[in-house]
Amino acid sequence: MDRRQFLKSSTALAAVAGAAAMPWRRVRAQTGPIKIGLLTPLTGVVASGGKEMVEGVQFYLESVNYQIAGRKVELVIEDDASNPDTALQKARRLVEQGNCQMLIGDLLANTGLAVANYVKGTGTPYFIPIIAADDLTQRHRIRNVIRVAGYSASAFTHPFGDWCLKQGYKKIATISQDYTFGHEQCGGLAQVFTEGGGQIVQQFWHPLNTADFSPYLGQLADLKVDAIFAMETGADATRFIQQYASFGLKGKTPLLGSMNATDQSVIRTLGEECDGIVSAAHFAEGSDNPVTRKFVKEYEAKYGKIPSLYGFSMYSGIMWVAQALEKIGGKVEDRDAFIDAVLKTELVGSPLGKTVKLDAYGNPIYDVQIRKTVKRADGKYWNVPVTSYPGVSQFWKYDPETYMKQPPYSRTFQGIKKA
Amino acid sequence: MKIAGMTSRAAVAVLVVLVIAAALPLLLSNYRIELATEILIFGVLAMSIDILSGFAGRTSLGHGAIFGVSGYVVVYASAQAGLSPAAAILLGVIAATLVAVVFALLAVRTSGVYFLLLTLALGMIVWGICLRWTQVTGGENGLRGDVRPAFLVGHRAFYWAVLAATTLVSYAMWRFVRSPFGLTLLGIRDSESRMKSLGYNVPLHLFIGFAVSGFFAGVAGALYALFNNFVSPSTVALQQSVEGVLMMIAGGVGTLFGGFVGAAAIIALENVVSAYTERWQTVLGLTFIVIMIFAPDGIIGMLRAILVFRFRSSPHIAEPRFELGNKDTS
Repeated sequence: MDRRQFLKSSTALAAVAGAAAMPWRRVRAQTGPIKIGLLTPLTGVVASGGKEMVEGVQFYLESVNYQIAGRKVELVIEDDASNPDTALQKARRLVEQGNCQMLIGDLLANTGLAVANYVKGTGTPYFIPIIAADDLTQRHRIRNVIRVAGYSASAFTHPFGDWCLKQGYKKIATISQDYTFGHEQCGGLAQVFTEGGGQIVQQFWHPLNTADFSPYLGQLADLKVDAIFAMETGADATRFIQQYASFGLKGKTPLLGSMNATDQSVIRTLGEECDGIVSAAHFAEGSDNPVTRKFVKEYEAKYGKIPSLYGFSMYSGIMWVAQALEKIGGKVEDRDAFIDAVLKTELVGSPLGKTVKLDAYGNPIYDVQIRKTVKRADGKYWNVPVTSYPGVSQFWKYDPETYMKQPPYSRTFQGIKKA
Repeated sequence: MKIAGMTSRAAVAVLVVLVIAAALPLLLSNYRIELATEILIFGVLAMSIDILSGFAGRTSLGHGAIFGVSGYVVVYASAQAGLSPAAAILLGVIAATLVAVVFALLAVRTSGVYFLLLTLALGMIVWGICLRWTQVTGGENGLRGDVRPAFLVGHRAFYWAVLAATTLVSYAMWRFVRSPFGLTLLGIRDSESRMKSLGYNVPLHLFIGFAVSGFFAGVAGALYALFNNFVSPSTVALQQSVEGVLMMIAGGVGTLFGGFVGAAAIIALENVVSAYTERWQTVLGLTFIVIMIFAPDGIIGMLRAILVFRFRSSPHIAEPRFELGNKDTS
C-alpha cells in the first residue's frame, strides 16, 4: 500500500467511523461557522506587507458582514514570522487544532512552498494570492493549492519583454534580488526579449537587503543600455529607486521595474524619484475603470492609504473563495466539490473590473497592464495603465507542454536565446 | 544494584518517564502530538550542544548548521536522489558528523568567546552555502519531498518512532558524558592546563567531543527532516543554533536532560503566547531574562536547588552541577 493509498483509505475509514458513530457532529458541522486560517507575516522582514494582507482579507469580509452563503465566517490569523519553519507549524495549528477548513495567505515563496508541501499530505485547500513561485501551477502542481487572484512570477514579465521590443529597445541590463522570485521575473523578460531579437547585456544578482547599490549602479551606467530592468521588492526597491535617481541615471536610461518595485507599499514613501518607472502587472491602482476607482477610494477612506498589491490580491482572493462557496451553498466540508467549485469559478466584481478565470493549471488569466508611475493630483504617486495585453496566460504564447519541458528559471537558466 | 549503568531508583524513574511519554499520544490531539514530537527532536539538539557546553565548557553557535546539514542531506537523498529513508538518514548523520569534524578541526584550539565566534562564523558559512547553491539546495525556497516512510505517516506512529530514537541517543549521550572519556572533558572544562600537565591530549579530546556532539545533532536534524518533509536555509541559520543554545540554557547547562525541559518550555511558550499576541517574540525574550535572573542554572538547576533545600535542609552545600556517580559507587 503506498502512502497516498494509505492516506485515502484511512481517511475514508475514519470518515465512515465518524459518520456512523456521531451523526450529531455532521449536523453541527453544517451549521457551524466556516473557519478560514489566514497565514501572514506579521513579524520578520516582510511584516509590513503582511499587515496589508490582513487588511485586504478583513476589508472584504467586513463588506459581506462575515457571512458567506448564509454561514458565519470565522477568520483565524496566524503570524508566519517570514520563516518557513514557523509557517509550517502555524499551518499545522490552524488545520489540526483550529479545525480550519481552508488556509489562505503567506507572502514569501519559501513559506508558501513549505505550507504547500504540508497540505499536499492533508488535502486541505490552500489559497495563495501572493505566492508567485512558477512551479506551483506548472511543473509541480498540487490540486488543492490554488492561486486564486494570484500570479506566477514570470507571467507578467513575458508580455513586458514583448513591450520592450515594441519600444525599440535593443539592449537591456537587469538587476535583481538573488532569489527564486527574482530569477523567475527576470527569466520571463529575458526569454521573450532575446527571442524577439533583443539582447540582455548583463544580469546582476545581489543579495536581499542590499544597503548600497553604488557598485551595481556604477557598472550599469557604463553598460550604455537602452533600458534597465530592476526586479526589487520591499526596502531594496525603495533604496534602489532612490539611489538610481541620486546616481544621475534617472532621466538618462529608462528604468523598468518589476510589479513589486513600483507597488504602493514601496512608492507611497517616495517622491519625485519614482516618477515614470514602467512595470507590468494585472492590477493598476490608477486605472480609470470605475470598479477599480471605487475599490481604491473605499480602501483609501478606510485605511488611509492607496491599496498595494498585497491588500488587493488578498481582497480578490478571499472574494474568489467566497463566490465559489456561494455556488455550492457554503458546503465547505465537501472538499472535492469545494476545490472543483473554486477551480471553475470565474471571479466577477473584483477590483480589476474584469472577469477572471483560471487556466487548466490553476493559474489566473489576466489582462496584463503596462503601467507607469504618475503623480496624482494630490501629489501621491500611483501606477497608471499605459497599454494592456489582454488574456495573458502564464505560458505566454508558448505551448504549455513544451514550455514546461524547459527548466524552471534560475540564476543559471534565464531562457536567453543565443544570438 | 545497577541496571544499564543506572541506580535502581534512577532506572525506575526513567521507566516511569518513558511510560508516561509513550502514553502521551493517547491523550493528546494530533497537533499536540506534533508539538511533543518537536520537543523531543529539539531536546536531542539541545543535549548535543550541552555535551560541549556543559561538559567541555565550549558553547557552540554552529550546531544549528550541523543539525540543518543533516536535514538537507536527508531530504536531498530521499527526494532528489531517490534513496530509501534509512539510507538517507544514515547519509544525513554522516554528513553532519563530517561537518562537525571540520568545525572541530578549526575550533578546538580556541575557547571562550573565540570559540563562540568561530563556530558562529562556520555556521554562517554553511548557511551561506545553503542559500546560494541554488541548484542543489533550492536556495531560499529550500527542498521538499515525502521523506517519511509510509508506516510513519501517522502522528502517533511517528511520535513513537521519534521517542524510541530519542531514548536511544539520550542514553548514548548519558553514557558518553559519564564515561572515563567524558570525565576528561569535564576535567578540560574545569582546568585545561591541569589536564595538559596530567598528560592528556586536550585538543584531541575536544575534537572527539565535538565530533560526537555533532553526530547527535545530526540525528536530531535527520529526525527534523522527517518531521517536516522540508528543509530551508532557516533550518541552518544562526537562529536555529541560538534556539538550541537557549533551550539548553533554559533547561540547565550541564544537566544533559535539561535539554528536554528547555525545549518543552520554549516550544510550549512559543505556541501558547503566539496564540494571544503577535508580540510573542518579545514575551519570549522577557522570559529568558527572567530565567537568567532567577534561575541562572536553568529550570532543572532551579528544581534541583529546591529539592536539595527541601530534603536536606542544608542549602549552603552547593550541589555540584553534575553528579558523576561518586556517591553511589557501590
